[in-house]
Amino acid sequence: MKVIERFWLSFCFFLLYAPILFLVVYSFNQGETMQTFDGFSWQHYQELWADTRLLQIVLNTILLALLSSLIATVIGTIGALAIFRTQRKLLKQSLLSLNNVLLVSPDVIIGAAFLILMTALGLKMGFLTVLMAHVAFSIPIVVLMVLPKLQEMNQDLALAASDLGAKPTEVLTKVTLPVISSGIFAGFFMALTYSLDDFAVTFFVTGNGFSTLAVEVYSRARQGVSLEINALSTLMLFLAFVLVLAYYAYSQKKQGQKTKLKEKVK
Amino acid sequence: MKKLMMALLFVFLLIALILGLQWGLSVARQQPSSQKGETLTFYNWGDYIDPSILSDFSKETGYKVNYQTFDSNEAMYTKIAQGGTNYDLAVPSDYMVAKLTKAGLLAKLDKSKLTGMDHVNPQFLNQSFERGNQYSVPYFWGTLGILYNKTKVDGSKLQNWSSIWSEQYKKRLLLVDSARDILGLTLISQGKSVNDQNKADLAAAQGKLSSLMPNVKAIVGDELKLYMAQGEADLAVTYSGEAKIAMEQNKDLAYTVPKDGSNLWLDNLVIPKKAAHKKAAYALINYLNRPDVAAKNADYIGYATPNQKAYQLLPKSVKSDKAFYPEQSILDRLQVYENFNQYWTQTYNDAFLEFKLGKS
Amino acid sequence: MNKTKKRFTEAYLGIYGLWLLAFVVAPLLLLLIQSLNVPGQGFSLANYRDFFTSGPYLAMTVNSIWYAFLITVMTLAIAYPLALCLTKLKHRQFWLLLVILPTWINLLLKTYAFIGLLGKDGLLNRALEGIGFGSSQLLFTNGAFLLVAAYIELPFMVLPIYNALLDIDPLLPAASRDLGASSWETLKKVIWPLSMPGVKTGVQTVFIPSLSLFMITRLIGGNKVITLGTAIEEHFLVTQNWSFGSTIGVVLIIAMALTMALTNDKQKKKRGGRK
Repeated sequence: MKVIERFWLSFCFFLLYAPILFLVVYSFNQGETMQTFDGFSWQHYQELWADTRLLQIVLNTILLALLSSLIATVIGTIGALAIFRTQRKLLKQSLLSLNNVLLVSPDVIIGAAFLILMTALGLKMGFLTVLMAHVAFSIPIVVLMVLPKLQEMNQDLALAASDLGAKPTEVLTKVTLPVISSGIFAGFFMALTYSLDDFAVTFFVTGNGFSTLAVEVYSRARQGVSLEINALSTLMLFLAFVLVLAYYAYSQKKQGQKTKLKEKVK
Repeated sequence: MKKLMMALLFVFLLIALILGLQWGLSVARQQPSSQKGETLTFYNWGDYIDPSILSDFSKETGYKVNYQTFDSNEAMYTKIAQGGTNYDLAVPSDYMVAKLTKAGLLAKLDKSKLTGMDHVNPQFLNQSFERGNQYSVPYFWGTLGILYNKTKVDGSKLQNWSSIWSEQYKKRLLLVDSARDILGLTLISQGKSVNDQNKADLAAAQGKLSSLMPNVKAIVGDELKLYMAQGEADLAVTYSGEAKIAMEQNKDLAYTVPKDGSNLWLDNLVIPKKAAHKKAAYALINYLNRPDVAAKNADYIGYATPNQKAYQLLPKSVKSDKAFYPEQSILDRLQVYENFNQYWTQTYNDAFLEFKLGKS
Repeated sequence: MNKTKKRFTEAYLGIYGLWLLAFVVAPLLLLLIQSLNVPGQGFSLANYRDFFTSGPYLAMTVNSIWYAFLITVMTLAIAYPLALCLTKLKHRQFWLLLVILPTWINLLLKTYAFIGLLGKDGLLNRALEGIGFGSSQLLFTNGAFLLVAAYIELPFMVLPIYNALLDIDPLLPAASRDLGASSWETLKKVIWPLSMPGVKTGVQTVFIPSLSLFMITRLIGGNKVITLGTAIEEHFLVTQNWSFGSTIGVVLIIAMALTMALTNDKQKKKRGGRK
């Protein structure tokens, strides 16, 4: 590893984590603001622990993010396959453009449009409507992440498999999906990001007692966001970190050296 | 494929874990009020009530409160207008009460069911946005004014709005990002009303406003208090509520309302027409109007309460704070925003947009 | 066999098409109708006429495109070397996840952290003073705005590029070096062209949403830059003129479709050339 590479990596990770570290440090602040550090204390964690309403919201948020990303990843992958296999150029181009509409539309527009549509359908606002909305706006990013993987994939591979007598389902699960899996993972994680961070769309389609963390944080802006939220973010980050570590360690152990070979199947 | 399946399993495990936690939490949350009361949905700004008031209310009356939040009047309007959720109690600001009333979205208040209305300072009743308070009960009130850093700015020089045009404040001023407020103060400085609907007046105001640009450091929203607290700018035009929060964080800050008048804003409790638990909503309005509760709430939020009896219960230092409970002579000069129609809202906004774009 | 494959494709198209219809085409139609249905005037093109003849809106359009371009370039400049370095790490997947992790923290909160870091007495300024530079105004500058925007978009650029880089056959760069190419030449002539699909995806996932960015422009930029995203937000949430807001939305979507069509054609020509 060259010095310059090391430097760039350290620089980027410093940049990525500087604001996060800032938030984490102030979550232990004795004072009430992010301006001055008055001393160490656990008080904001205690506040958080007592705030069952907020904890409920956090669980809602995570559940929503996981479910919506999962569904969006499935539909998005199917969508990428559909676009990829479409032969007609015009149709392909139109599908792609339509796919990106939600990416370019500001959240307020998407939120307002979904709200109008869902009320027109007579749906009651709540978890289900928010889930639908999150799935809907996460799909395009999954498609965008999976599609290039399909285009790069060596087409002879699938052909060879079917020539050798593999059924289409087998071609899909044994050849196509493994090759594009990195794109699928990328899509899932990006969908997770979209879902966790969305405020405007969620705000419009939520109701009847269901709320998410982003809605709560943004609506606290007028009164000032308290350090309780910092404490919460620190905990969530820590948990995410542990999960990532555990999952990674487990998958490493399980797959061992095979990983590298497998990635190079094509 | 194995990798994908494993990841899928992992996600399912996580989902199961969260469902379990949710169940656990819902069991834990049941304890305070085990009675099977109605649940009312309270639609309010985030963190705009002392949470202990809500749990006390539940204990006392048996009604559970579902606290839902919004971040702007207009967003709330959209939600109430579209339906899909039955909100039982909401907290719009003055002009939004007018808009909601006009759209027929509010339920008329049954005065016989309201107690404690006599605690409310008549100064804040019967306002132009909603004469006779048939639909709204004041919740908190405040002003538009100037927040400044005492160590950098001489407060005695900020007697009227025109003073912020002074050259000494070059690149030192923050403005709140609101067309109505900024054009309004300009109109006041020219001796006009904040509700002026005269094209010539507005053009004159726009002309004067554009000469403020050299002083303006930035035009920001809710984060203004953060910027002022960390000393990013020396003075700012903002609301008393925002100012209060900033002043708690930075002792060098002070707030003043210019003598030539200003805007008086009011947040109000209203019951939407589609409310499903009106009885519970009345109970909560009455509870919030109780002097001891209103005082507790005012102490938590830090805004000025319209409840006279509650005001009397507040600490002396708060009561005598002229910046937040101004003397009568200033109160008399405060003006409430009337609800503009689409045309004037747009005209004000376009004028402000041009001001913002004329910047760099 | 081919028949079953065709049936599969049709099923895919069906599922995906259903989503497109319900959540893209329907809202799009709604948007279009709203943009044409001018309050008080009935159906007319008045909004579009107003948009294309108004100085402020045209200025905002130019702003949006210019800043989206700058953000994309800046993000790419940081992300490409980062992705390249990541692929060379031992536990690269783990490190990649660490790049994504910060995006799970609430955006508003991170922005507040940036306000603290970039402030007059913030850490960055103190560090600058420590090295001998005077403290300077960082907040409300274009630099700060671009930095925070790039920060937010970074993972969306890194991920596709990283994936594309991993797919490059390691034998190719090795061969190039064996044939005497310097590592810079290898990068330029072998790795860069081969990672193009990833770069393209990254550019799309950054440029398109950046066109309608609005929150950061106010929080960090202090409204010095006003983009179409801000204008749309105002029309929907402040003046509640949804009709005009929709008009801007439609213009944005058409602009997006045009850019996509243009970049796509170029891509194809290039590919044909290489074959």
